[in-house]
Amino acid sequence: MSTDRNRPAPPTPDDHWKTIDAVMRRHAYSPHALVETLHAAQEAFGFLDKPTLAYVAAWLRVPLSRAYGVVSFYHLFRTRPRGRQLCVVCAGTACYIKGAEAVLAGVERQLGVRDGETSADGEVSLLSAHCVGQCGLAPLVLLDDDVLGKTTAEEVVSQIAARRPPAVEALETA
Amino acid sequence: MTPEQLAQLAGSERAAAAAIPHTIAVCTGGSCASAGAERLCQAVGREVVAAGRQASCRVMGVGCLGLCRQDRDGVAAAAAGARVRVEPAGLLYGDVTAADAPRLVASVGREPLGERLVDTSQPFFTRQRRIVLETCGRIDPCRIEDYVAAGGYVSLLQALETPPFEVIAEVTRSGLRGRGGAGYPTGLKWSTVAKARSPEKYVVCNADEGDPGAFMDRTVLEGDPHRVLEGMAIAAWAVGARSGYIYCRAEYPQAIARLRTAIRQAERLGLLGRSIGETHFGFSVEVRVGAGAFVCGEETALIASIEGGRGTPRPRPPYPAEQGLFGKPTLINNVETFANVPAILREGGDWLAAIGSEKSKGTKVFSLAGQVVNTGVIEVPMGTTLREIVFDIGGGIPGGRGFKAVQTGGPSGGCIPASHLDTPVDYESLVGLGSIMGSGGMIVMDDSTSMVDVARYFMGFSMKESCGKCVPCRVGTVHMHELLRRIAEGRGTARDLALLEDLCDMVRHTSLCGLGIAAPSPVLSTLRWFRHEYEERLVRPAAAGVA
Repeated sequence: MSTDRNRPAPPTPDDHWKTIDAVMRRHAYSPHALVETLHAAQEAFGFLDKPTLAYVAAWLRVPLSRAYGVVSFYHLFRTRPRGRQLCVVCAGTACYIKGAEAVLAGVERQLGVRDGETSADGEVSLLSAHCVGQCGLAPLVLLDDDVLGKTTAEEVVSQIAARRPPAVEALETA
Repeated sequence: MTPEQLAQLAGSERAAAAAIPHTIAVCTGGSCASAGAERLCQAVGREVVAAGRQASCRVMGVGCLGLCRQDRDGVAAAAAGARVRVEPAGLLYGDVTAADAPRLVASVGREPLGERLVDTSQPFFTRQRRIVLETCGRIDPCRIEDYVAAGGYVSLLQALETPPFEVIAEVTRSGLRGRGGAGYPTGLKWSTVAKARSPEKYVVCNADEGDPGAFMDRTVLEGDPHRVLEGMAIAAWAVGARSGYIYCRAEYPQAIARLRTAIRQAERLGLLGRSIGETHFGFSVEVRVGAGAFVCGEETALIASIEGGRGTPRPRPPYPAEQGLFGKPTLINNVETFANVPAILREGGDWLAAIGSEKSKGTKVFSLAGQVVNTGVIEVPMGTTLREIVFDIGGGIPGGRGFKAVQTGGPSGGCIPASHLDTPVDYESLVGLGSIMGSGGMIVMDDSTSMVDVARYFMGFSMKESCGKCVPCRVGTVHMHELLRRIAEGRGTARDLALLEDLCDMVRHTSLCGLGIAAPSPVLSTLRWFRHEYEERLVRPAAAGVA
């Protein structure tokens, strides 16, 4: 597609932009497609950086400020890359009354990462979620695609350590 | 597809199913999926082929088979395997792993695997009345033919031969009320949208099941997505809409995938899309995925989110029935509400009206969890008492502990104490106790749970999820949370408690949307029934003077 002043070319020569373009095209470049397009972009790149936002905002004719407002509103949109491992501690009601707060606090303390942050070495992102809908397994932690049911902070931390590539561990400095 | 062709397809599917005497159904619901259901399903499939029994055994993945966990002593580990049902023997197995596949397949039609059997004569199964979940766990949710064989889409094609006002009259007669929690009469909502004059209208399904501890809608969407689509299409015919959206939370990828598959299948058979049942009526559905914002379960916020913006609510009126999505009249119902519709049209409104209590008709799906022996999704007639749900169906409290409270309605609801366990579950009774029906999350708490901590937990939730648009909710929840924390940590004074109660009153009466209006509910209900727990933690007046 030709480019004009308001409709820029993709920021990088990456085929992923084609899937993002396809989503916008399917919605006839309507501003209503913003959330859908951001989902596609985050799926493609893992997070939403400023060039991506600027590109999507320009094509959908949405002010960049509004696009940023939408990104910052929703919990699932990220403006920074995620760690290699994703640890989600469920904080739903069933998990809460079965001790999820202690699990989260224990993982935070032992990994030195706060809820919502990524470890300095980019290895683990820690998140808490409101109910993943598997209350029979409470307290529950999602480690990437695996479910740790009826778990403890110790089990979570040792599982994370087991998944850590040895090279990264060796490079770690105080 | 015409009604005759649909009947033909159903007939041939049923004949094909009857030709295969045995069915092995592997549960692919949430808990079972994480216990290796997919591996098990593949292993069973391979084993059936290896045993040369393809002609006599059908293997399929199904939605939730119920009773996700059973934990009598309160210490059981996570389930080691998935649940499996073998039909027509009517056997239910638990904790089945891929390693069990050879024995499982060998046992079909012969001696059951005794040690894996789950007793299906226990109240958890026998006390249920399944309407919304009638085919969940019995059909392959990824095959529209299974749903058609079970009588699916007949109601839709019948509805298209009935004038819309008669369809609405049937729904009104059934007494069905909104299953999202507020209990607004469904027929009345439909007729409001039907009366709205506009060439363009929308039907929206609210599948943004955000309450922590609620997984009923997830079970329905994953186990029987066509039922929801059929309900939506009937609603579209009744109100005169030609397109619709299902707004599903992103945390349910399996439900989203199955919905998308189901929509494609229904379009291919002409049961959704431009010309349904070869009539002039068309209805197309799209899935819209949320991005993790609890407030988007509120209908005006949900609309804002579908429109691609921040999911913030706006004042009502105008109600979505007059001015909703893209400014057009919009019908918004919850997943479970739509899932009730096909059965209502099939059996008649009077049939549903005969089930349930005086003002709450039909059944309600609950997700039972927390400190209770049996965890899982259940469907019971309205009017069933909380005691029956917690102690008969739920099996009581594990580990010999005592019952303290049952929490309904999530962060917008409240805790109901033991003294009111004999209350029948219906919209009015629960409101009378300071809670709400809510979407159906039911969390049982034993005597080790502190009610102050529970109130603080829910306030923390509302505080984090407040969208920030109106001041009472944005600022009020922060201060209420801080006061609750102070009291929970034993640093609160009687003045703090009085201030907390004042704030509850103020936030409840001045917030813009349901999130803020209901945010004080967990505090107010725990104060009402467990006030002594708050008072026990207060700093004594003398000590407070020093502090």
